[in-house]
Amino acid sequence: MRIRHVLAAAVAAITIVSGIAHAETTLRIGLAEDPDVLDPSLARTYVGRIVFASFCDKLFDIDEKLNVVPQLALSHTTSADGKTVTIKLRPNVKFQDGENFDATAAKYSLDRHMTMTGSFRKPELAAVDHVDVVDPLTINIVLKQPFAPLIAQLTDRAGMMVAPAAAKAAGDKFGLHPVCAGPYKFVERVQQDRIVFEKFKDYWDKDNVHIDKVVFLPIVDATVRLANLKSGGLDLIERVLATDIKTVRADKNLVLSTALELGYQGLDINVGNGDAAKGPLGQSAKVRQALELAIDRDALNQVVFNGEFKPGNQWVSPENPYYQQSFPVPKRDVAKAKALLKEAGVTKPFDVDFMVPKGAETQAVAEVIQAMAAEIGINMKIRVTEFATSLKQAEEGHYQVFMLAWSGRTDPDGNTYIFHKCKAPQDYPGYCNADVDKWLDDARVPSDMKARKAIYEKVTKAILTDVPKIYLYHRRILIAHTAKLEGYKQMPDGLVRVVGLHFK
Amino acid sequence: MADTTLNVSLMKPAESVETPARRALRRLVRRRGALLGLAIIVLFVALAIFAPLVTPYDPTAQSWTSVRKAPSLLHWFGTDDLGRDQLTRVIYGARASLAAGVISVGIAMGVGVPLGLAAGYLGGWLDALIGRITDAMLACPYLILAIALAAFLGPSLGNAMIAIGVATTPVYIRLTRGQVLSVKVEEYVEAARAVGNPRWRIAIVHILPNILPALLVQATLSIAAAIIAEASLSFLGLGQQPPAPSWGSMLNSAQRFLINAPWMAVWPGLAIFLTVLSFNLLGDGLRDALDPRQR
Amino acid sequence: MLNFIARRLLQLIPTLFFVSVLIFSLQQLLPGDPATIMAGEERDPEVIAQIRHQYRLDQPIPVQYVYWVKGVVSGDLGESMRIHVPVRDLVLEKLPVTAQLAAMAIVIALVIGVGAGIVSAVKKNSAWDYAANGLALWGISTPNFWLGIMLIFLFSVKLEWLPASGYVPLSEDWKASLASTIMPAFVLGNSIAAVLMRHTRSAMLQVLDSDYVRTARAKGLSERTVIFKHAMRNALTPVITLGALELGTLLSGTVLTEQIFTIPGFGKLIVDSVFNRDYAVVQGVVLVTATMYITLNLIADVAYILVNPRLRES
Repeated sequence: MRIRHVLAAAVAAITIVSGIAHAETTLRIGLAEDPDVLDPSLARTYVGRIVFASFCDKLFDIDEKLNVVPQLALSHTTSADGKTVTIKLRPNVKFQDGENFDATAAKYSLDRHMTMTGSFRKPELAAVDHVDVVDPLTINIVLKQPFAPLIAQLTDRAGMMVAPAAAKAAGDKFGLHPVCAGPYKFVERVQQDRIVFEKFKDYWDKDNVHIDKVVFLPIVDATVRLANLKSGGLDLIERVLATDIKTVRADKNLVLSTALELGYQGLDINVGNGDAAKGPLGQSAKVRQALELAIDRDALNQVVFNGEFKPGNQWVSPENPYYQQSFPVPKRDVAKAKALLKEAGVTKPFDVDFMVPKGAETQAVAEVIQAMAAEIGINMKIRVTEFATSLKQAEEGHYQVFMLAWSGRTDPDGNTYIFHKCKAPQDYPGYCNADVDKWLDDARVPSDMKARKAIYEKVTKAILTDVPKIYLYHRRILIAHTAKLEGYKQMPDGLVRVVGLHFK
Repeated sequence: MADTTLNVSLMKPAESVETPARRALRRLVRRRGALLGLAIIVLFVALAIFAPLVTPYDPTAQSWTSVRKAPSLLHWFGTDDLGRDQLTRVIYGARASLAAGVISVGIAMGVGVPLGLAAGYLGGWLDALIGRITDAMLACPYLILAIALAAFLGPSLGNAMIAIGVATTPVYIRLTRGQVLSVKVEEYVEAARAVGNPRWRIAIVHILPNILPALLVQATLSIAAAIIAEASLSFLGLGQQPPAPSWGSMLNSAQRFLINAPWMAVWPGLAIFLTVLSFNLLGDGLRDALDPRQR
Repeated sequence: MLNFIARRLLQLIPTLFFVSVLIFSLQQLLPGDPATIMAGEERDPEVIAQIRHQYRLDQPIPVQYVYWVKGVVSGDLGESMRIHVPVRDLVLEKLPVTAQLAAMAIVIALVIGVGAGIVSAVKKNSAWDYAANGLALWGISTPNFWLGIMLIFLFSVKLEWLPASGYVPLSEDWKASLASTIMPAFVLGNSIAAVLMRHTRSAMLQVLDSDYVRTARAKGLSERTVIFKHAMRNALTPVITLGALELGTLLSGTVLTEQIFTIPGFGKLIVDSVFNRDYAVVQGVVLVTATMYITLNLIADVAYILVNPRLRES
């Protein structure tokens, strides 16, 4: 009995003393999924990138206008022929295990991304031939052919720098205890429970890092995530539901931070992938245009998302610099839709196999579209499919309409090439247009934005006429955090940047 | 799945002047819980059958101007996130849920009882084989089995019923086998064998009717569990497809709106609760009524 | 007795074989390619091919099965394709979590179920009987995911008494650990309370009717002594062993409950792995849980026979 009392008193004393000595601040972030492996070469999920943003710095970063800004690299220049990119690195940067960051380390990281077994960065850096060390703070990336999207790739995982000695020692187990050059360093991970980081004392920008620890907690259920935030169990959560925005705004203790996403949500229409393409929808562009005109994007946005998201009709959002103003978002026009159907020779209603990946919001969107399409005689039969299955069926063409989402890339090439090029990995519609293929390749060459946008205008026109895809809307990145957290700004790529944050 | 198997050793034959059926009925009527359960079940079945006549709205009619409205005189149970009337959807949902319960148990019995009969009566290597497979199926978590089967068959209410039915089958194999083993040694079975009846005839004409009570009790309890399983599968997106309503898929949609529109979760949950409770009460009542040990 | 145990242990092997074949083939039948899921958002064909080769997915199915069995026999349950952690480590990490949840759930179930069963049997056909029945039954009448959501809404959102999700290990902070597990344990325990109630009730009824108890009553002992000292002891022994057998039901229950409450245990692991087609994890975890379940069954059966001499002859 007595021993227990003594122990309890001792524990209490220690707790109080340590509390007085240093009030440690912790930022608890609620994620929507459990991230996969924490190795920048082997990682593949969107949510993983959010975690990387706190511990693994990249060569470049982006600002809210999608401009490239320095992080571990200071500048980049492209040679006249477009095949060599010279990058100047930031001096006096250390990795979290004390190693120095220099051109050799940068070359090592890039080579690792390109050559490691199982690296998912290989396709992203496919245009790179090799990397040269020019001097301790300069590298040359030599390309096989000009590739404008390269710099954008270096603002994501392909640009993440890993500590060479630690990576060599750990091999493919590096992800279990990663060592990078970011503001926080890895402490521990309990699978599906939490990932803990603590402040890196020698971070190159350490004066702007004020919070001592960062903990990531995956909580799948959006309602539970929000409940945790409201009750103070979390400080920041991602992927707030559009229908919870009112609740967050009404709560004086919470702040909503938004940005329009880089990606899109839309419908793939099977136009050339197997037998399912043989129905009236797959065979005639006019019928597809009719379907597009039957959809009221504004009403959809209003009903399912309380008007919080943004309707769109291209693979970049209307606020993106690459958006083609000459093709604005169409309004619903049932009369014109019916006329188009008539022109296409469709006289009576027909069924469409509508594959919808599981997800509460996607299901609601699908049901609204179904109701709208029914008004012009297109009966969409919803088939809610598990995500894994839906991918396989989309690949094999076992669908007529497939609802899909793409998280988006900084460079517009990332939102089009693998979708519209004939036989590309995500060309689920089976769309093949030789002109579009050529334009997509052409758009990768010039480094000037205006030139590229002009080429993309031709692609946009073709896509909007042939309609292998109907782009519906762009989500807002919805981050909610406690009002006690200051300095937070949301970027369109959805990442949670922790530098510059502090608690009131 | 909730274990609802009877303990074989508790069942012993009893002698009485009243016929067993009449005695069972008398005792059933006396257990008020069971009667209440039966009444609720009959009510829900009637609502399900006469749904079009009873409901004020069309279950799939969306109304984008009355999204997520609280319960009112116009919509007694409120509306859901696409403006559909909840009361109508709950009543129509009874069709999917009740059908799922009954059909999946039907499948389980249709496959499980004959296998159990064969295993129990014929014995030998067949019994051993069926026994090991049954053990294996019972050792896998019930819901995982159902999820895997439903995912494999493809998401639809019919496939969910098959998945639940298959996952429930081992319960009936085991129950039937146990019952057959204890009844096998009865005098009337010995007599039938002595007279020269072929084995299949003995199994169907003499053994089956005597183990029916235990099966019946299990069936009511299984239907209860199956309705919950269907709700779980629909909750995961593997059951009834939109826009047709089922209580489980309604709960799935309601999850996002717990804070904004809690009535979306309350009514389907309550419906499941009442239905499943009723089947449980009925099953327990039947078990008491048919238990020959009690007076 | 020894004969009985030996026979049952021998039966373990073919049963586990069937379990492994069952789960293995079910996963193979699931449409969807794990390599595609694992391949990252761009789904580059080269990357997919390389994954297929690395995890032997390009080999014929029986060959994959043989490789897996060889691994299991030597203690290697494979590796999670998604996070590159050995399955054995995952199991060891999550077993204590689900075990804690299960233990708490069984305790809650015993309290509710046995209590209700005794009351129901002793006060048969009275209002107490129906109340006790109702209390225990409502547990299996509510879908556990719905009950979980309602509890979170009440205790976390409205009252803010308990955390809405997450898990704190017992060794770290026992109070926070209890706070984070009490709701899911309650949801789980509720669902098996009814089974325990039924068994307790029928066992009590049987015992209360026996000569043994009638003698005690005839001797003039108070009703309370009869119930608590004599009837309960005899009735409860089989019930407690039955509690352990409900592991199978508990595991099914954890599937959705852990999802709702974000408890990093077996249930959540299995569901996530099924949807991610992380074959090795599902196979490994199901094998482990099946073994535990069958072993517990065996122990319970042995205990049941030991306690009940009448059954020894059969």
